Amino acid sequence: MRRYWWKILSIALLLYAFTAGFFIVVPDIGNLQHSIRNLFFHVPMWFGQFTLISVSVVYSILFLRKQDMRYDIYANEFARTGIVFGVLGLITGAIWATYTWGAPWNNDPKQLGAAIALLIYLAYFVLRNSMTDIDKKGRVAAVYNIFAYCMYIPLIFVLPRLVESLHPGGKGVEGNPGLGGEDLDPTMRMVFWPAVLGWTLLGVWITTLRLRVRLIEEKKLSVIR
Amino acid sequence: MKYVIGTLSCLLLCLYNYAQDTSGVNEVATGLRADGKIYVVVAVVVTILLGLVIYLISLDRKISRLEKQGT
Repeated sequence: MRRYWWKILSIALLLYAFTAGFFIVVPDIGNLQHSIRNLFFHVPMWFGQFTLISVSVVYSILFLRKQDMRYDIYANEFARTGIVFGVLGLITGAIWATYTWGAPWNNDPKQLGAAIALLIYLAYFVLRNSMTDIDKKGRVAAVYNIFAYCMYIPLIFVLPRLVESLHPGGKGVEGNPGLGGEDLDPTMRMVFWPAVLGWTLLGVWITTLRLRVRLIEEKKLSVIR
Repeated sequence: MKYVIGTLSCLLLCLYNYAQDTSGVNEVATGLRADGKIYVVVAVVVTILLGLVIYLISLDRKISRLEKQGT
């Protein structure tokens, strides 16, 4: 119980979000209609994604400081789950855009930024797997991961808000939500934040599963050698 | 055998659904048919979520077993 309570919490929070997300009364804004309920699914998943890659970059820094191979594997697996959530976020965003912006792909700065950021992260895996020397692999991958994170923030959070964008937060829409723009409806907030925590915990859970498999594999390899 | 029984009971549930469907559209919408059948969507989404969670739990247990074998 002590070790897995957070997994139960994750399931409970997600179940809450997946039911309350449909039942609560939502405000009627623009042409969103009921699609505003995507805020309980699409957006919290992106928040969870950002948490995962943030954890990944912390482990990359730790690896560079302490040279412990474990940290390299942690960084790798957190980034991997982050990519999965990111791809799902891009797809769900495209579905939502079809019915509110008119087309799945609008070359909107937010969509372009998210796509470029994901490609930069994909290159992290290509780069890491292209090297055979374990020490070099870890170090180069860690440095690249820090670079990818530093590119992610302007691409997702800064640039789309500096230019005209259909996505909330764009210039001339309703102000930057990151800097206290128009606030989220209070009833929606009651579902939104639990959903963020639920998605984050789910992402950590998936990552720990992969990590445990990786550690078993590593142990086996060291025994064989 | 376990799986055969499981599959058969699922099929029976489906038949039950068909039996319910003959009621027609004009009847008063109750149960899952209330509110524009939004509860059907909730049921689908929750089923998918629970299915994925059960899959995750089974993976988790399997890996725990592997870890015990290793030590």
